[in-house]
Amino acid sequence: MPIRTSRRSALFAAVVAIGLVWATSPSTAGIFEPETFTLDNGLQVVVVPNHRVPVVSHMVWYKVGSADEPFGQSGIAHFLEHLMFKGTKTRAPGEFSRIINQVGGSENAFTSYDYTGYYQNVAKDQLGRMMALEADRMANLKLLPQDVESEREVILEERRTRTDNDPSAQFGEQVIAATYLAYPYRIPVIGWENEMRRLSHDDAIAFYRTWYAPNNAVLVVAGDVTAAEVRSMAEATYGVIPARDIPDRVAMRGQEPPQRAARRLEMSSPRVDQPSWARRWLAPGVVWGDTTLASPLEVMAEILGGGTTSRLYRSLVVEKGLAVAAGAGYSPDGLGPQTFSVYASPRDGTDLAALEAAVEAEVARLLRDGVTDDEVASAIVRMKRRAIFARDDMLAPARLFGQAVAAGSGIADVEEWPERIAAVTASRIAEAAKTVLVPEQSVTSILRPKPAS
Amino acid sequence: MRRTLALIILFFGVSAWPVTASALDIQEVTSTSGVKAWLVEDHSNPILTLSFSFAGGQSSDPVGKEGRARLVSGLLDEGAGERDSTAFQQALSDDSISLRFSARIDRFSGDLTTLTETRDTAVELLRLALTAPRFDAEPVERIRAQVMASLRNDLQRPRTIASRAWWGASFANHPYGRSGDGTLDSVSAVTDDDMREFVNTTFVRQGLIVSAVGDIDAATLSALLDQVFGALPTFKGAAAAPDVAPTAAGQTFVVQDNVPQSVVVFGHAGIAREDPDWYAASLLNQIMAGGFGSRLTEEIREKRGLVYGVYAYLLPLDHAPLIMGGLATQNARVAESIDLVRQEWKRMAEGGPTERELADAKTYLLGSFPLRLVDSDGTASVLMGLQEGDLPIDYLARRDALYGSVTLDDMKRVARRLYRPDQLTVVVVGKPEGVTATAPVPSVPGVPAQGG
Repeated sequence: MPIRTSRRSALFAAVVAIGLVWATSPSTAGIFEPETFTLDNGLQVVVVPNHRVPVVSHMVWYKVGSADEPFGQSGIAHFLEHLMFKGTKTRAPGEFSRIINQVGGSENAFTSYDYTGYYQNVAKDQLGRMMALEADRMANLKLLPQDVESEREVILEERRTRTDNDPSAQFGEQVIAATYLAYPYRIPVIGWENEMRRLSHDDAIAFYRTWYAPNNAVLVVAGDVTAAEVRSMAEATYGVIPARDIPDRVAMRGQEPPQRAARRLEMSSPRVDQPSWARRWLAPGVVWGDTTLASPLEVMAEILGGGTTSRLYRSLVVEKGLAVAAGAGYSPDGLGPQTFSVYASPRDGTDLAALEAAVEAEVARLLRDGVTDDEVASAIVRMKRRAIFARDDMLAPARLFGQAVAAGSGIADVEEWPERIAAVTASRIAEAAKTVLVPEQSVTSILRPKPAS
Repeated sequence: MRRTLALIILFFGVSAWPVTASALDIQEVTSTSGVKAWLVEDHSNPILTLSFSFAGGQSSDPVGKEGRARLVSGLLDEGAGERDSTAFQQALSDDSISLRFSARIDRFSGDLTTLTETRDTAVELLRLALTAPRFDAEPVERIRAQVMASLRNDLQRPRTIASRAWWGASFANHPYGRSGDGTLDSVSAVTDDDMREFVNTTFVRQGLIVSAVGDIDAATLSALLDQVFGALPTFKGAAAAPDVAPTAAGQTFVVQDNVPQSVVVFGHAGIAREDPDWYAASLLNQIMAGGFGSRLTEEIREKRGLVYGVYAYLLPLDHAPLIMGGLATQNARVAESIDLVRQEWKRMAEGGPTERELADAKTYLLGSFPLRLVDSDGTASVLMGLQEGDLPIDYLARRDALYGSVTLDDMKRVARRLYRPDQLTVVVVGKPEGVTATAPVPSVPGVPAQGG
């Protein structure tokens, strides 16, 4: 948040956020070789030893997110995440955080559509204590009314910071809502403001009692520890919490019906000076739809729009000089329908219609001619190298595996990713493009300036 | 889109990891031609991270050409030597080499990350970027257009406006008062010759700091240092900015902006890195603003729900040490939030911290250090921080004692010196209720010209 030079805190948050999103295109390979086991009460445990520095990352991921909220209670998953810091039957509000601070640890928590996670990065000798405290709030959350009231104000301020003060974020919320007819990804993680204001203590506790249980969680520990050590500490802490019946969240979310008409959204605002254009299509992922298309779509996104040597950047930004930015986005992780997107932002003086036509021309070329074997080979080399770079962060595997287990199809999402990418061919990409890039199934969004009147 | 991806994960709060001590095996390497670097060898992965910085950054931008250093940072990898922009970018991409430059306020820094198998190519590309950048017309105009698009976005953000107003009001006649991001006009005014002049006067051996982490030994690093930096001129041509103290102390500025949440930036003169009181000041800031359990977060977020985030930090710039902070809150509660900051400033100045707070801050600062070493980037940034702070190579071994020996009396004395509630310069951007401006909005590029 500091603006001028002290960017560490903001940067850290960004890095973690990118790591989590990025884990959706798991940049890792069958290289981490995690050890896994399940406690008697159903808690899955993943351990990734790395002894570079005497620290560990201790994460608990619950298999519940904003897409699992009761009707009319948008934001409750995220609100509960905040309230989890407000104490238990035996711990005062903020006490857990103060203990972490005292030992020089760092902590945070996060909520997405498909999962909610809590972590502490601490010296290795603090791991048992972190497990005891995290297990305590898995089972014994106790909320005081005044803490619920003040924390609701905090999440409303968070919404103002993230969304209400920023027209492009407001527009993004509208675009996502228009991308899904039925699937609950259409609802923003933070919630709609008018529903957030009504979220109550009882709503939070009901959500907690429904979903927070050892058999609906995954414990991931990365760092300077062994699986045997984790197992004995986990059994003594999490192991005593009884399992509970958990609803079938996939069934409760319903289905996304076929899209038969292209959608188009435009917003203009006096708070926008730089226009932007994007188009997205629903796409399969590692869980939803034809999962065999996930890896071809990842390589396709790399060729079409990954970085300054991609087709879109080369064509629109360098050769035609129409845009300041252009690219493609796709991430396969998540339980529901994913999206494949292309985007561009015009150079000063470029007509948005010309920009749109130029992106469409590249998409049409992809559909008509496919990609070359050389493009595929080069993209695969680059993507597989990311797996090597990912090994450099000793705590990153905790995020990758947590996401893979909580919102993907499991550990193989990460471990076998390089093999799946290496197996992608030009013909599979052509097939993926024809399946996904269907004009009638697109959502186009345009954000433009509005002169102040 | 990246923006929407970033939005789908919400965090409980923003963490910060301050620097602290622990053993780290640092070697000093001096090349044949005399280039020095600090090295931490780690052969567990075939990766090299090389970080470096030169004296001179945004604060050397000429008046009317703010944004020059930033433009240079975007153009060094857009064509150098025989390779034009396309060839240079393709070479980086083919070998998965990451090469990034960054214009900071007082320094210009770069980071190279490469696999060992592509190291020779990476090193040669870096050498070319520093010694033979081309500044061809196409990339210059393309990167300029990107910087201007970024400015159009940034200048609509209350946070950017608040920052520019704070710095403009506090450093009216100094480079610190002019944002190094520039304006549409100033970025347009920068010429190829301006950028070449920056390169010629900034990329010199005097003031160069280099750190290496990863899969390389001292002898190989030594040769690498000569190859990349050996041919740079020895002495610096440009004069540094003068030392300065912030003006506008005690003033409150209000920039009207039609947003539901006001953004507040505050700050005043601080304590320099080389000041003996730096260690007490760092401990004080941990107590005041070190996340959950700290005074600002407890009083403003936890007890009252006024903000999602409130922060403060020490900013020891080369020519002006500062203590800065900020928050964002709905327009109706801005006055209350600012009052609470002043109250906490006053409470710390008058009473200092408690014995318990001091003990906790010490264990935090000492215990959190290893978390900065979990990857090569973090380790390299520790090495850069130490060297840029002009600290000795054995500093980490002594750091526990430097913090550990700070007494409660030291803390009380330094708290009186550091926290000056009457000196706070406060900028609010929004439609705050109950806040009275004490001075008109300063005339600063990028800040809408209307009074409060």
